[in-house]
Amino acid sequence: MGKTTFVGAVSEINPLRTEAVMTSASAGIDDLTHTGDKTTTTVAMDFGRITLDQDLILYLFGTPGQDRFWFMWDDLVRGAIGAVVLVDTRRLADCFPAVDYFENSGLPFVIALNGFDGHQPYTPDEVREALQIGPDTPILTTDARHRADAKSALITLVEHALMARLR
Amino acid sequence: MATPTGGHPYNGDQRVPGEHGDNRFGFPAASGGQGPGQYQPYQQQEHQQQGAPGGPGSEWPQQQPGAGWPQQPQQRHDTSQQPRIQPVQQRRAPEPAKPAAHNPLVRPYAMTGGRTRPRYQLAIEALVSTTADPARLQGQLPEHQRICRLCIEIKSVAEVSALLSIPLGVARILVADLAEAGLVAIHQPGGDEAAGGQPDVTLLERVLSGLRKL
Ligand SMILES: Nc1nc2c(ncn2[C@@H]2O[C@H](COP(=O)(O)OP(=O)(O)OP(=O)(O)O)[C@@H](O)[C@H]2O)c(=O)[nH]1
Ligand SMILES: [Mg+2]
Repeated sequence: MGKTTFVGAVSEINPLRTEAVMTSASAGIDDLTHTGDKTTTTVAMDFGRITLDQDLILYLFGTPGQDRFWFMWDDLVRGAIGAVVLVDTRRLADCFPAVDYFENSGLPFVIALNGFDGHQPYTPDEVREALQIGPDTPILTTDARHRADAKSALITLVEHALMARLR
Repeated sequence: MATPTGGHPYNGDQRVPGEHGDNRFGFPAASGGQGPGQYQPYQQQEHQQQGAPGGPGSEWPQQQPGAGWPQQPQQRHDTSQQPRIQPVQQRRAPEPAKPAAHNPLVRPYAMTGGRTRPRYQLAIEALVSTTADPARLQGQLPEHQRICRLCIEIKSVAEVSALLSIPLGVARILVADLAEAGLVAIHQPGGDEAAGGQPDVTLLERVLSGLRKL
C-alpha cells in the first residue's frame, strides 16, 4: 500500500505506468486471461524519475508485492541499488513474500512501515521481531505522502546498500 | 565503470524468470512490495555523427531481421482484452495524429515480426537517445518514428513504453531494432561486472549525495 504515493512523492515527473505481459511460462495460478492458446496476464508497474546530476538519473519502480509477480522483480533487481518494501502495518503478513524474495536475492532492502489511520501500531523493533528480520536491515516508519519521508527512506536504502558493498 | 558513453550491445544474457517456488510462510500474498530503485548513469552525447567511428551504429552487429535469433511462435494477442498501458496521469508526449489506415499499435506483436524477445535484453532503465537526423526517419515504421521523436530528449525504455502506450516487452524490441539500425544510442546502466552488475561504490556515493541535495 502506498507504492504510487511513494513514487509520486519524490519523482520529478508524475508517476508513469507501464505494463509487462507475462506468458504461461512464468505465470502464477490466478488472474489469468486466456488469449488464443497462450495464457497471459499483464502486470502494471508505476515508476518515477529523479535526475540527481547532469549525467545521473535514478528510476523508482513500484511493483505489487504478491509473489506471483516475482518474474518482474527478477527483471528489476539486476542493476538495482535496492528495494524499499512498503509495509501496510494493518496487514503485516502481506510483506512476507517480498521480504523473503529480497533476502534470497541478496538485493539490499529496507522496510518502510506505512502507518494508516494516522498512527503506527507497531514499533520497528516489534516488526523486526515479528518478521524475523536480521539486525542489519533498516526498518523505518514512513508516511509515503510526505516527500521528506520518502526521500529519507531512499537515503537510508542507499546508505544501507553502500554499507553492504563495503562490508 | 560508471558512465558508459554511446550505445553498445547488450551481452545478450537472457534471464529466466525466477524459480522461487515456495512461500515458506504459506501466507496469502497481497500488495506491499516496492520495486527496486534503479540508477542510470549516462553521458550526454555531443555532436555524435552518424556512423562515426565508435558511434552507435558501428558497434551493433549487423543482422538480417530475424537472422541469428530464434523466431518465437506468433503470439496471439487479443488487444480488446489487453488493457493498454496508460500513464497514471495523461502526460503524453506531443505526437501527430495517428495514420488511421495502418496503425501498428493495434498489433504490437505483428509489428515486431512475431518476436516476443528482444535480441538484446535491454534494461528497463536503459536510456535511449535519438542520434538519427530527422531526414533519416522518413520511411521508418511509424512506431520507430514515434520512438525517435520521443527520445530526442533522453528517455528510459520504461518511459518509451509508458509514454507511447507500448507494452514493455515490445518497447524493448523496437528500441533494440532502432539501436541496431544506428538511429538511437543506448546508454546502458553501468555496474560492477565482477559483482554481477551491482552498482559500484562510486555510483552509490554519487546517488547518495544526489539524494541528500534534493
Ligand atoms: N495515512 C497514510 N496514507 C497513505 C500512505 N501512503 C499511501 N496512503 C494512501 O493510501 C491510498 C493508496 O495509496 P497508493 O499509493 O495508491 O497505493 P498503491 O500501493 O499504489 O496501491 P495499488 O496500486 O492499488 O496496489 C491513497 O489514498 C494514499 O493517499 C501513508 O504512508 N500514510
Ligand atoms: Mg499504485
